[in-house]
Amino acid sequence: MIAERGTRVINLVQAVNEALDLALERDPRVVLFGEDVGRMGGVFRASDGLQPKYGERRVFDTPLAESAIVGFAIGMAMAGLRPVAEIQFAGFLYPALDQILSHLGRMRHRTRGRFTIPLVIRAPYGGGVKTPEQHADSPEAILCHVPGVKVVIPSSPERAKGLLLAAIEDPDPVFFLEAIKLYRGVKAEVPEGYYTLPLGKARVVREGSAASLIAYGGMVEVCQKAAEVAAREGVELEVIDVETLVPLDTPTLVESVAKTGRAVVVYEAMRTGGFGAEIAARLAEEALDYLQAPVVRVAGWDAPYPPFSAVEHYYRPDVKRVLEAVRRVLSH
Amino acid sequence: MEIIRYLEDDGTPQRDLPFLPEELLLGYRALRRARHFDERALVLQRQGRLGVYPPFRGQEAAQVGVALCLEPARDWLLPSYRETAAAITFGMPLSKLILSWRADPAGWGAPPEVNMVQFYIPIATQVPQAAGVAHALRLQGKEAVAAVFIGDGGTSEGDFHEGLNFASVFDAPLLVVVQNNGWAISVPTQKQMKVQRIALKAQGYGIPGVTVDGNDLVAVWAVAREAVARARAGEGPTLIEALTYRVAPHTSSDDPGRYRSEDEAEAWKKRDPIDRMRGCLVHLGLWDDEKEKALEEELEAEFLAAVEEADRVSEPRPWEIVEQVYAELQPDQRAAWNYLHGGEA
Repeated sequence: MIAERGTRVINLVQAVNEALDLALERDPRVVLFGEDVGRMGGVFRASDGLQPKYGERRVFDTPLAESAIVGFAIGMAMAGLRPVAEIQFAGFLYPALDQILSHLGRMRHRTRGRFTIPLVIRAPYGGGVKTPEQHADSPEAILCHVPGVKVVIPSSPERAKGLLLAAIEDPDPVFFLEAIKLYRGVKAEVPEGYYTLPLGKARVVREGSAASLIAYGGMVEVCQKAAEVAAREGVELEVIDVETLVPLDTPTLVESVAKTGRAVVVYEAMRTGGFGAEIAARLAEEALDYLQAPVVRVAGWDAPYPPFSAVEHYYRPDVKRVLEAVRRVLSH
Repeated sequence: MEIIRYLEDDGTPQRDLPFLPEELLLGYRALRRARHFDERALVLQRQGRLGVYPPFRGQEAAQVGVALCLEPARDWLLPSYRETAAAITFGMPLSKLILSWRADPAGWGAPPEVNMVQFYIPIATQVPQAAGVAHALRLQGKEAVAAVFIGDGGTSEGDFHEGLNFASVFDAPLLVVVQNNGWAISVPTQKQMKVQRIALKAQGYGIPGVTVDGNDLVAVWAVAREAVARARAGEGPTLIEALTYRVAPHTSSDDPGRYRSEDEAEAWKKRDPIDRMRGCLVHLGLWDDEKEKALEEELEAEFLAAVEEADRVSEPRPWEIVEQVYAELQPDQRAAWNYLHGGEA
């Protein structure tokens, strides 16, 4: 965990940059690559300054081909390196789905542990910053349906740094999705130096007793704001940051619902088959005795994320919709 | 475009052979070893002692010639399901291969001293991976190469092109071997591509591409040896197109009578890579019937011992389903593991 040390206030993309820098410095097996990650430092500058510091053998640009980036990374991981591959936007992962489904997630299984994939694939995801088509997709549920991978989505700079370093140390492939809205939208005190935070743990961000708001990534901030508004009306909401979607820390979710009796799950992917459905199902299986109202989901609509920026905020769950859902579960 | 050949159809050398007599004998032995496995594996399959099996009869030289140039602990092999002959020559134990085609996970992991990835089923997905393996070997300062095999149908896949592009951009020490056996199950090469030679596609990536007579062991071996030397020297990848023919069905479940003429198969059988290499050895005075008989007996004994060894491996246990999904059992896999051990769900 985090030792006593100095902190600095930085944003999430700076935290990612620090983590990558520390990983490259600490482990010579770590290599960083993807489209524009080298000279340009990444479209969001996540790898800014790293190629000059570590050279073109360790931080390099690749041709524009997502399937090959993932396949290449799989091969490099099998042959003894610790690749960290960047896909420019999570919505660009689709050409690589064969590599992900057929091999990334099952290479350990299909070679009985002879070849393993200690690989991290980073990708920005989610809306809220008026991007063009496909750039705001939230495909985490597709990734969570792949056996053999882990899926991590941090919600703050401090968590992003420690979780990314843990993901790079992890012996299994990890998808590390970073909410674009949070890159420069949140700043927080982040410890200096190397530290890791455990994967597979959900955390209570705010304690409350009336209902549990369960979210991850960019939606944690929305839930925290909703909780602040509700608190002014005397309703104390608990906010849970799922943080690792696979493996899911179900006990922490159940524990929260045991306390509050009500749950609202918030995510920005489309509702049907989204990861919030998984959370709701697990609560139905394991927390039914505590529930005093049906679990309600607040999610994106069952439509592609709208590339028309004037109305995109109607798609992405906001404080108003979260509070409406809270009223529903409270009135039940 | 030239088709590289060293042997006439009857095995008579067309020109000086770039191998020593003892090397030629070793090469023939490797061909026969692969053929013996293939013939006996089909028998096991018909006895219900193997699962679905993809025979490689007719394609031995195309695989063996490449594998003879590789060192199993140093280099890497990423084969498709058709490359059991390459796997045998590369050093995979026969018992493991029997288990593998028995769909027993005990056959899925190569021994530590053999860098072979389990046979790939999805088409051409291993090409970018092989480029990554090759690049990683180079970054780690090892003078090692990776060899990846696909069929002619695989060249239609995006991953073939993306993988070649990556390999060429990074000068990866890689051999991309396409066994052009004329058919992607029932679809002939002419319906897969307009280009006459797959090797021409190398020009699109700025790398050498060669077409070799895939039923001529000497030719494949010579071409692969040169490509390996180039790769080890840091000169990048080579695309090798081996012209050959799938004499046998696509798999033990396939009926090629539905889509191709038997005349075609018969014509190719007359160019059998093993008969051809034997013809070469006889021509050079290196082989006779007595040696052939002794080799046959040796190979049969080796095969029977491998079957016995495979039979001694107990069937996979139910909980192996959730093992090796992650390095450690995660909560959901742990719950399944407990259930599969007779615990509660």
